[in-house]
Amino acid sequence: MISQTLSDIIVMTKRNLLRYMRVPQLVVFSTIQPIMFLLLFTYVFGGAIQGGTGSYINYLLPGIIVQTVLFGAMMTGIALADDLSKGMIDRFRSLPMARSAVLAGRTISDLVRNVFVVVTMTIVGMLIGFRIEHGFFNFLGALGMTLLFGFAFSWISATIGLIVKNVETAQSAGFIWVFPLAFASSIFVRVETMSKGIRMFAEHNPITYVANTVRALSLGTPVGNNVWYALAWMFGIFIVFIPLAVRHYRKIA
Amino acid sequence: MNTSLISYIEEAKRTGMSNRDIVHALTKAGWDIHDLATIVLDHISSQDPSSSGLIIEVDNLKKSYGPVQALAGVSLFVKAGTVTALLGPNGAGKTTLIRVLTTLLKPDSGMVRVAGLDAIKDDQALRARIGLAGQYAAIDETLTGRENLELVGRLYHLSPEVSRKRADELLHQFDLVDAGNRSAKTYSGGMRRRLDLAASLVNKPALLFLDEPTTGLDPRSRLALWRIIKDLVAAGTTVLLTTQYLEEADQLADHVMVIDHGRVIEQGTTKELKNKVGGDVLEIHLDDHQHVYKAAPLIKHLGDSEPRINEEDGTVAIPVKKGSVVLIDAVRILDDAQLKISDIVLRRPTLDDVFLSLTGHRAEDIK
Repeated sequence: MISQTLSDIIVMTKRNLLRYMRVPQLVVFSTIQPIMFLLLFTYVFGGAIQGGTGSYINYLLPGIIVQTVLFGAMMTGIALADDLSKGMIDRFRSLPMARSAVLAGRTISDLVRNVFVVVTMTIVGMLIGFRIEHGFFNFLGALGMTLLFGFAFSWISATIGLIVKNVETAQSAGFIWVFPLAFASSIFVRVETMSKGIRMFAEHNPITYVANTVRALSLGTPVGNNVWYALAWMFGIFIVFIPLAVRHYRKIA
Repeated sequence: MNTSLISYIEEAKRTGMSNRDIVHALTKAGWDIHDLATIVLDHISSQDPSSSGLIIEVDNLKKSYGPVQALAGVSLFVKAGTVTALLGPNGAGKTTLIRVLTTLLKPDSGMVRVAGLDAIKDDQALRARIGLAGQYAAIDETLTGRENLELVGRLYHLSPEVSRKRADELLHQFDLVDAGNRSAKTYSGGMRRRLDLAASLVNKPALLFLDEPTTGLDPRSRLALWRIIKDLVAAGTTVLLTTQYLEEADQLADHVMVIDHGRVIEQGTTKELKNKVGGDVLEIHLDDHQHVYKAAPLIKHLGDSEPRINEEDGTVAIPVKKGSVVLIDAVRILDDAQLKISDIVLRRPTLDDVFLSLTGHRAEDIK
């Protein structure tokens, strides 16, 4: 039974990854966009924000990779909505396969895509001056944290995709919840610089905790409690959204 | 006694006891081995859908979406080895019924047994026994035809080798060998439907559900698909299909169930249903298509029900009892009114006529 479930998940993951290979623009555009962000923020705001692009890129890159997997998470819901509207989900639900395999296959293949994107971002970052300042293994830990965060948010996105059932709606719904979270966080600037209300929100934003953790591991600044808050958030997301997504998958009318 | 024995055996199997251990335990408890064998064999044949001859049994099935009652107490039986058509307009409840039968949807209440299994409790086991081709060709466009079939095979838990072999067979059977290694994006509407149908047959199901299999296809592709379905039926597959096309039901089905507003309102062979309308249909073709509106009220009193007007074809059709007498009357009346007739025929009723007289509206009218 467990081996069949595993086999189903692997088959579904392979299918999704094959789709990314066949339609490379899916991955290319989701990589180009954050690279553009990286370049624009570094060269346009870098000077204003920290008085020199050299130090800002070290601050920014950890934030940008967190933002990238956050935006990338939207694709999980969009892809599921696409499968739903094309009747693929009906096909899968009519097969004697594990009920969790479609969702797990989806989120895992998006995790694999994130590995590719995050590594590419790091390489581009290094080309424009980013330096790993706290050792290679701490940086690996930072990337691991980023990927885990992306995986957690994929489940939120999956739930939304299954509820809205429509690619366009999944897209715009994605922007509604992703944008405020991304910008009212420490991804681009320190929360201390924000106005009071936003700052309250930003300080408790899970993305701030994740970005702070990733940044601390990368720069060698103190991690503090950020890592625990970040992990707690992700744990909470898994606990709530995995069962919620599976429930919606089972009950698709 | 026998049912408790069976449930004891089933429970023992669930806890992981081997067959040998179960037999040992039962004989130790005083059961005679011959009695045991007889009871178990009887049980197996009662489980075999072909022994009762019924592959689908549905009783008082209900399903509502908010205030809308999609299924308002459907009861039906389908015999193994037959082709049954569920005929009805859009929104009649056909698709909802198919979704319940194929485990995609849980009903609010009612009994559903399909292929000898409870479609609500044994849903996962049932999925391995049936095939479904839904209303939209459910194929992955980025994959090739072959990859689509292999994907489905792997999800039926066939080994990679068996999946590949099965994909080969199906591509051959559905005339997709040349297109098999091309991305499904490049397929025509007819090829998509064929691939979709092929995917529903990967596990060689004894029972196949087809939800509007030819909707949106051009006439040539429709004929090709009909041929394939007829071949499947000839090879012993039981088919339950839904359609809005009366011609399709007429072509494919031994048995037709007319569904309207979530209920089976009539059923029988196509011949029986046509006889229900009784008599013949008088069909008048008018030279000037606009004249249909003038002609209809004039001949209304000749028929058993309202005349049916089709302006596009310039025809008025009306069910009649004494065909030949009425024919002459109609010609005389229309001649007096100076409405030029290009053709007038008495014909046996079609399923369209049946539907009209059963529901008061035409099958294609409601959208």
